Amino acid sequence: MATVDAYAPMTDRARSLRRARGLSDRAIVWLFVAPTMALLLAINIFPLIWAVRLSFTGFMANLPGAASFIGFDNYRDILTDEDMWAHFQATAHFVFFTILFQVLLGLGLALLINQKFRGHGVWTTLILLPMMLSPAVVGNFWTLLFQPQIGPFNYVISFLTGAAPSSFTMIGSVELAPWTIVLVNTWMWTPYVMLICLAGLRSIPDYIYEAAEVDRASPLRQFWSITLPMVTPFLMLAVLFQAIQSFEMFDMVNLLTSGGPGSVTELVSITLKREAFEKWNTGYASALAVILFVTTFGAANIYVKVLNRVKQ
Amino acid sequence: MSEARPFSESSPFARRTAGFLVVLYAVVSLLPLLWIGLTAFKSQSDAVAYPPKLIFTPTLEGFVDLFTVQTRQPRAEIDKLPPPTTWYEKITREKGVVIAGPSRVVERFVNSLVIGFGSTFLATFLGTLAAYAFSRFKIPLKDDLMFFILSTRMMPPIAVAVPIYMMYRYLNLYDTRIGMILLYTAVNVSLAVWLLKGFIDEIPREYEEAALIDGYTRLQAFRKVVLPQAATGIAATAIFCLIFSWNEYAFDLLLSSSDAQTMPPFIPFIIGEGGQDWPAVAAGTTLFLAPIALFTVLLRKHLLRGITFGAVRR
Repeated sequence: MATVDAYAPMTDRARSLRRARGLSDRAIVWLFVAPTMALLLAINIFPLIWAVRLSFTGFMANLPGAASFIGFDNYRDILTDEDMWAHFQATAHFVFFTILFQVLLGLGLALLINQKFRGHGVWTTLILLPMMLSPAVVGNFWTLLFQPQIGPFNYVISFLTGAAPSSFTMIGSVELAPWTIVLVNTWMWTPYVMLICLAGLRSIPDYIYEAAEVDRASPLRQFWSITLPMVTPFLMLAVLFQAIQSFEMFDMVNLLTSGGPGSVTELVSITLKREAFEKWNTGYASALAVILFVTTFGAANIYVKVLNRVKQ
Repeated sequence: MSEARPFSESSPFARRTAGFLVVLYAVVSLLPLLWIGLTAFKSQSDAVAYPPKLIFTPTLEGFVDLFTVQTRQPRAEIDKLPPPTTWYEKITREKGVVIAGPSRVVERFVNSLVIGFGSTFLATFLGTLAAYAFSRFKIPLKDDLMFFILSTRMMPPIAVAVPIYMMYRYLNLYDTRIGMILLYTAVNVSLAVWLLKGFIDEIPREYEEAALIDGYTRLQAFRKVVLPQAATGIAATAIFCLIFSWNEYAFDLLLSSSDAQTMPPFIPFIIGEGGQDWPAVAAGTTLFLAPIALFTVLLRKHLLRGITFGAVRR
């Protein structure tokens, strides 16, 4: 793809004509870019700087009084708190398995769809549906599906395995709940990975396979030496995006399990919400927010590098 | 779409097996949504039946419950009332309740619409301008600015919610529609800039140059040449912004309480008389999700671009 920065020089005539009338290019750039930048500075950057400042204080938003400066105490408290590490572990479990399953299912589906059976377009669109829906609203509804007695999920499992439908609860059990959130998230976002992998598969030119055919490479060999390497950059893109997204996961899990039972599904962002909006430990929550942000910002940085590579 | 052929020529058998597996996945993954749709048309007792019911007499009870506030009355009192005049009154009378008035769902729906369309319009408008500037002009530190714009989208909503909450309290924007519109615009504008820059990059510069030579100013060329050419891209971008605003939950949960509350934080709190009213929740969910399903079908050609910020285009 052509790089966008290549500034095609205008003809001299066009340039001189343009200079004569209307706003200068520089004025247009300012006029067009400044409002967006101003909005982002006001609603994203300013709060962020404020959060960094608050993170060094013991401020509580529900109490009057000025913020007292306490240095790095909040950060030390967070990083030495065993409960907090448990939340980070819960998050890591969630991120790792949700991505693992998404990649396996998503890549598998993409390979199957790429066989171009009849009607693959319609079915692809149908498969995409879950990822477009509101995670919160869907998370809320999954609580009905998972009800041990009145929900259909346990019945399907009992039909397949023979276990009594009321013998387990997907949401209420300490062992199952961490897998329940993985299951719902995988259900939602597998289409995302699938769609990007499909784009990767379609970007592979025919002649490579034809050449491999001439060389009598087996289908398996073709998969390992052609398909997989060519799809990998696309897969990386999908994985990074999903990693960021599931690391920040809040809405679906908040409504599905709200961190329970106990705190086995309490992901970091749910802890953050509790600290900030239930316990009103504003300073402490801000420090946690900064830690979260620095982590995602690092990931976003890598993300953009991969993104640029995919573009080429 | 390119006509790349996977592997060599796949056999009809392989193709049919692939088709079967994909259809199987699609059907299984759509079952939860189907269940939501079915529950919306169940009666309260059918919805909580044990074991779950697949076959039932459809009713609009859920929808009536969703949109009305009801009070239970003794049978004798109900019999004294004049006969019901509307279909929804008939439904409630049979359950032994009378309609006391409209529920708050309508306000929440209106909020969702106002905030959704308001922020979509603003984000698409600002995004189109910025994307045009980034696409066509030399801007110092362009790549860094573009990365900055993208990185704002990568911020965890919960992480910035704390200071935004304090800022909004201070500016009296807490629980206001305008506050939510501004916030959603800020989140969406990054997507809008990235997507639209991709779309505008694809419009040949020659068109504008020809217009400039014909005596148009830059602004005129932008309005009369670039905008019409980018119309499809702008429409697709707008739909993506609308879907985000429509689906958003975390910000609205934390930064509004009633006046600016949208549907997602409200739906879990649809509680009928006597415990969770699942048909009403399902009815609300169905009405809420249906437009998105429609948009997904409309957008299918642009979905890939939308979900990757324009990085992958086909």
